[in-house]
Formats: sequence, C-alpha cells, structure tokens
Amino acid sequence: MIGHLLRRIIGGLIVLLALSALIYALFYLAPSDPAILACGKGCTPERLADVRTAMGLDEPVLTQYWHFLQGIVAGRDYPFGPGVRHCPAPCLGYSFETSQPVTTLLLDRIPVSFSLALGAEILSLTLGIGTGLLSGTRRFRWFDRLVNGLVLAGYATPVFLVGLLLLLLFCVHLQWLPFPTYVPFTTDPLLWAQNLILPWISLAVIQTAAYARLTRAGLADSLAEDHIRTARAYGIPERRILWRKALRGALLPLVTLTAVDLAQIITSAVLTETMFGLPGVGQLLVGAVNQIDLPVVVGVTLVTGLIMVCANAAADLLYAAVDPRVELR
Amino acid sequence: MTLLEVDDLKISFGDKRAVDGLSFTLAAGGALGIVGESGSGKSTAALSLLGLTGGAVSGKIRFGGTDLVAGAPWKDIRGARIAMVFQEPLTALNPFQTVGDQIAEVYRLHTGSSRRAARERAVEVLGQVHIPDPVRRATAYPHQFSGGMRQRALIAMAVACRPELIVADEPTTALDVTVQAQILDLLDEVRATTGAALLLISHDLGVVAGSTESVIVMRDGRAVESGSTESVLLSPRHDYTKALLDAVPKPGNREFSPGAPLLRVQDVRKHFPQPRRGSFRKPPPVRAVDGVTLDVHAGETLGIVGESGTGKTTLARMMVGLIPLTSGTITFDGVDIARRRGRSVQMVFQDPLSSLNPRRTIGESIADPLRLSGVRDPRARVENLLERVGLSTSEYDRYPHQLSGGMRQRVGIARAVAPSPRLIVCDEPVSSLDVTTQAQVLALLEELREELGLSLVFVSHDLAVLRRIADRVAVLKDGLVVEIGPTSEVYEQPQHPYTKELLAAVPVADPAEARRLRALRSTTPR
Repeated sequence: MIGHLLRRIIGGLIVLLALSALIYALFYLAPSDPAILACGKGCTPERLADVRTAMGLDEPVLTQYWHFLQGIVAGRDYPFGPGVRHCPAPCLGYSFETSQPVTTLLLDRIPVSFSLALGAEILSLTLGIGTGLLSGTRRFRWFDRLVNGLVLAGYATPVFLVGLLLLLLFCVHLQWLPFPTYVPFTTDPLLWAQNLILPWISLAVIQTAAYARLTRAGLADSLAEDHIRTARAYGIPERRILWRKALRGALLPLVTLTAVDLAQIITSAVLTETMFGLPGVGQLLVGAVNQIDLPVVVGVTLVTGLIMVCANAAADLLYAAVDPRVELR
Repeated sequence: MTLLEVDDLKISFGDKRAVDGLSFTLAAGGALGIVGESGSGKSTAALSLLGLTGGAVSGKIRFGGTDLVAGAPWKDIRGARIAMVFQEPLTALNPFQTVGDQIAEVYRLHTGSSRRAARERAVEVLGQVHIPDPVRRATAYPHQFSGGMRQRALIAMAVACRPELIVADEPTTALDVTVQAQILDLLDEVRATTGAALLLISHDLGVVAGSTESVIVMRDGRAVESGSTESVLLSPRHDYTKALLDAVPKPGNREFSPGAPLLRVQDVRKHFPQPRRGSFRKPPPVRAVDGVTLDVHAGETLGIVGESGTGKTTLARMMVGLIPLTSGTITFDGVDIARRRGRSVQMVFQDPLSSLNPRRTIGESIADPLRLSGVRDPRARVENLLERVGLSTSEYDRYPHQLSGGMRQRVGIARAVAPSPRLIVCDEPVSSLDVTTQAQVLALLEELREELGLSLVFVSHDLAVLRRIADRVAVLKDGLVVEIGPTSEVYEQPQHPYTKELLAAVPVADPAEARRLRALRSTTPR
C-alpha cells in the first residue's frame, strides 16, 4: 500500500516534469520572441529589455528551465528595472501582463472552479444514479423509455444552450434568482449556493445523462451475474439483492469516471464559467491565451496536469477500496 | 417417505418447450441423478424446484406436502429447505463479500439467529466441507479461493440451514478430475452425515454412477429411461442411453509401429516473469514448463495429460512455434520449429468459437491457410475439405455463430488439415463438447489420422479420451513429465503416485467400480 503510494507519487512527478519540459519547449523555444509576447500590449523598448533580463532570456535554454524548476521549489526573484519582483515558492512564473505571480492568480481562481465542480458532480451523481437505478430495475417500462430519451437529449444538448435557457428563465422571466456572481463559501454559504445553482444545473445535464446510462447498463450486467442467481436461490429478498449485491458492481465504473470528470470541470469548464461570470481556472487560461500571457498559460497547464494526476491516483485508490479483487501493486 | 414428487412437469419459454412431461419421485435422504446432454432440459427442471425458471410451469411438484407449482412460500423454501449448488464455482459467489459473510447472511435470514451465531455456523460448515483453517478462511474473499475450494464453500452454504434437499447442478464440470472426485466424495459424505436428499444433475454418466441410487436419462425435455442406477447403467433398455454409454471413450486397440522421431522436444522450459508487487523485490517467474524432453514419432498419437496449471497448453503452443521458448530446443525434421516456415505443423484449438474469426465465413477461414501456401482459387478444395470432415458444402458461406459446437470443431479440424500438414497438435479439442458429439469428433480425427498418415499430439485433461486415441501418453505435473509410456502400460501399471491419483479420480459409469474407487480414495490421505 505504502509502496504503491510511493510509486504513484514518483510516477506523477515524472509525468509533471515531462509536461513542464514539453510546455516550456513549446512556448519558450517558439520562433517568436517570448519577451515581446510576455511584455504584452503597450510595450516600450525599455520595458522589453527589462522583461528580457527578468525572464532570463539571455541565458541558455537549459539554465532557464532549471531556474523555472528551482522557482517551483524555492521561489524566485525577478530583477525588473531598478527593483526586484519577488515570487514566493511555489513559483510557477510571473505574469508581467498583470504584475502578479502566476501562483497568486491561480490560488484566486481554484476555489471558484472547485466550488463549481463539486456541486455539479454531487448533483449529477445523485440524479444520475437515481434515474439509472429506477430505469435499470425495469420496474416501470415507461420510465425506462423516458430516461433513455432524456439521456439522448442530455447528451445532445450543448452546455451553453442549457445555460442560456436557464438564465433567461430564472433570472429574466421569473426573476427568482439574481444574475450569478461568485460569493466565496466562507463569506456566505447560502449566497454561494444560490449563485452557483444555475451553473451546477447546466453542467449536470450532460453528466447526469452519462451517469444514468452507465448505472443502468452496469445494473443490467450486475443483475445477470451468477452470484445474483445464487442469492435468489437462497431466498435473499429482491430489495436486498439490489442494494447490497447488484449496486456495488454496477457503480464500480462510476468511480473512475467521477474522478476524471471532477478534474475536468475544475480545469476546463470555460463555457459555463464565461456564461455565468465565474472567475474560474478555465477563464483564466482562455484570457491568458488571448492576451498571450505565456507564464500564465504554462502555470495553468502544469496545475491542470497536477490535478489530473491526483484525480487518477485517487480514483485508483477508491477502486481498490471498493473492489476487494483489485490489488494495488 | 417421499420427499419430492414431480408429476407431468412441463416448462416452456414462449413456443419452446424445455421440459415436456417429466415425472419422478425422490425419497427423504435419497439420491437421484438426472443425466442428459446440453439442451435436454435438466437444468431448467432443477431450477423449477426453486421457482427460478422464468418460464411457464405446469404440472405438479410436491415437496414435503407443499405444491411448488402453485406459488409456494419461496422465502421459507429457498436455501432453508431446498438448497442449490450451482455449476460455476468461479462466479456463483459474490465477489464483494467474504465467504463467511455470505454463508452467515443466508443462515441469519432463515433462522433469525444473532450475527455471532451465524458467523459461528459459517465457520462450522466451512470446517464440515474440509476447508482448512476455517476460522481464518471465513474472512477471505471468493477470488482468494481455488476453484475446488469455492465449490466447497458453495456446498457449505447449501448445508448451512440443514435443508431437506440439496440440488447440485453440474457441480464438478469446471473442475479438474482429482478435485471433481473430491467434491463428489464430499457430496456423498454430506448426504450421509446430514440426512439431506441429493438431486445430482450432470452430463456425465460417470459422475452420477457412484453418488446416486436411481437415475433419470433426459432428452429433449423428456425422461427416456429411469430406474435404479445399477439397472440403467449396466443394462440400459433405451437406445439413447445405450448410445450415451457407448459414447463414453473406450480403450483404443490400434496396432502401430512407430517411425523415426518427427518432432523432438529437448529440455524445453518456459518461464513467465511475474509483475512486481508490494516490495521492490522481483518475484520468481512462473515456471509453466520446466524441462520437458520427449519425441513425437512419425505416425503416432502422443497424448499429453495434465490438470489445469500443469503447463500442457503452453507446451502445445511451443510445439507449433506459437510462443518462444525460454530455453531448450524443439526441432521438426531436424529444423528448429521457430525458424520453420510453412504448413507441416498445424494446431486445433480448444474453443472453436473464439478461435474462428466471427466476421468471416467458415469457408474463408479454411481457405486462408490454403491461400498462404499459394493456392489461387481454393473454393473447390475447401468444399472437398468440408465434406471430408462431415459438413455440407453449403456451410462455406455461413458464419461461426450459426454452427453448433461440434460443427465448429469440425471446421477447426478442416482448417488444420487444409495445408496438408504432417503433424497436428490438438489442445483440448473435445473438452467443450457433449459426450456423443465428442465421440464423433474423435472418430473423425482417427479417420483422418489413418487416411492422411498424420502424427497427432493430443493435449487433454480427460484420461478416458486419451485412453481411446493415444498410442503413448505423457503425464504432466508442475511443468514436468512425471511419466511417459505406451497408453496401456501407463493406464494399467502406473508408476508415479500422481498418475495413480489421477486414474483413481476418473469417474466411471459402473456403480460398483465407482464405489470401489471412492473407498480407495477415502483411505489415501488428502
């Protein structure tokens, strides 16, 4: 177990290192001058020179990369003109566009994205597993058909369409909710949830469809297994068979999917964030790309990678905890 | 006293009638066998005793005064008064629950006892079915058990609530022959010690011979013959029973003079490296084949026998050059098998359904090796081959799933014979077939062998099959040949203790002989 964790951590670090090298190569070794790009709009020759020395572009590439890695571990100082811009560890770079360390920018955004992802995931898991269960047991034929139709519709509906319709309905027509703005959970949990409920719903539409389908299919497979027949032959009540025996097998594939989905919403729910005015990680990345703020792009990509690696590791650990046949090695 | 009385039982699924007027009685504490090939309706009849068929049931099933057809209080019957032991020990247990918990759950449900008493009962019955260290084993999951132990655990579950009737549906089919013998002995012992009646269902006459008092032979949903086990097996009246008994492989008596060594296997090893687990230390490799030396002579049939995990399939695959050797040499006509290109060695696989491409027609699959050897328009030759193996030429354009198991294996043989090989390696070619189909396929292989002057290597777990077809037999255990010699010598004067154990475990369709072997087994320590 500890051996497995150790190997996972080392493996994850190697993945992140490779990722950082790749992004570094892509952006900093591109034919265009990264200093001009990093300097941003309204760049003066003096500022450009400052940026160039600050980014250490006059040094060899490998040295630059080494400094970047050093910055992540120990923090880094950027000499900028007469002064020094300090970027504390873990320093993922410095955005000259906004005059802020990338880490600070990210730390502002991650709680927003995390709130969005967590709520959407809880909502879609509850709805998805619930409808999947009801249609999977086939107790009501019409319900099964209805769910199948809704699942297809859910898959086919683009998230921005759902979002716009929700906004129109609840904020414009009915005026039940104010237009969403982000309120931190620590400030007011109720307002936090009230502002996030529409983005949660619009993200949950697709996810619910996916989870309902998976649960339904998993349950059908699970109920057809030999050990369910054994349970029936030994007089175990149908309700107990469903909840205690079939459901566990049916929900196994959801574990992995949920972890990956969670990571995906945190890092790339750009459409939803934009539509509902949520300052999340996805928006940060898109903004940085538009303004060609390279240090931010590099930083966000790395953190995205980190979240993905952690989510996958968590999924594997969970899987092993749920299924006794899985051995971590 | 009659425990179970079945009268004119009919079960149908839509238009198809699976059981068509079956009648029998079973006395309390008695043992009845139902024998039939696949599709005979024997399993459906067994499931109807628990109301689990899912089909339309009519007729009468009287169990201890209750009519089970008219909708019985199943809750008080399933598991409590009638307990079922299923065929697939690998999948019949819940993978998410420990073995002890599964047994305790059933016991608690029917007796309303405390959690603690149920756990104790689980451990007690696990001990009763000879699971070593039952206290500790009760906390293990099914996947931590071997196939034989899982079947024991299922029997323990059946015994737990002290039922009046145990129904065992093919309880030994997936098991090795020595384990099969142990499970049959255990069922017999359980019947003697608990006084429960036993309904034993099998496709194998040898399985019911030693464990039952009376037998029903089923075909197409009807009982074609029934009576005491002795009378049915020793003096059968119905033609189908006679055919079944005839299909049980008999010793062959072929005169043959071995030619020069054709395939030489010299000190061959195959080790499979194991993945690391837990620590950083690399575990030792699995030694699937660990130093085998043998010759296959021109014109002979060499049988290779072994239980699961003895390395017989690995050896067979190395013989045709399918997998590389870890060390040693295999030569065919003096040429290294790995470097040999062409068609002189062919293979017939165990499972014809999964070894034929499902998206290609039968004819195309057989034509492939011919095209490889340069035949331009092979259709005519393929049609000849189809007729030769007993299929009609119209099968050319059909797909594997449209054929029965026996027909598919004929296709597998046709494909192997197509490029005119000199040696065919058959890996369990008849083990998934019914006994009558099995006899037909064996006869076909024998004919082809004589007609084409083939040499055969015949790998099987089934000693009876090898006794019929093989000239010499090699006994494989733990990747080593423990005994090799002419078939009659190995069967009549086995030298190695493992060979003796194997031979004593073979089910025989003679009730007296079966009892003698059982007595013999119970005196030798397990």
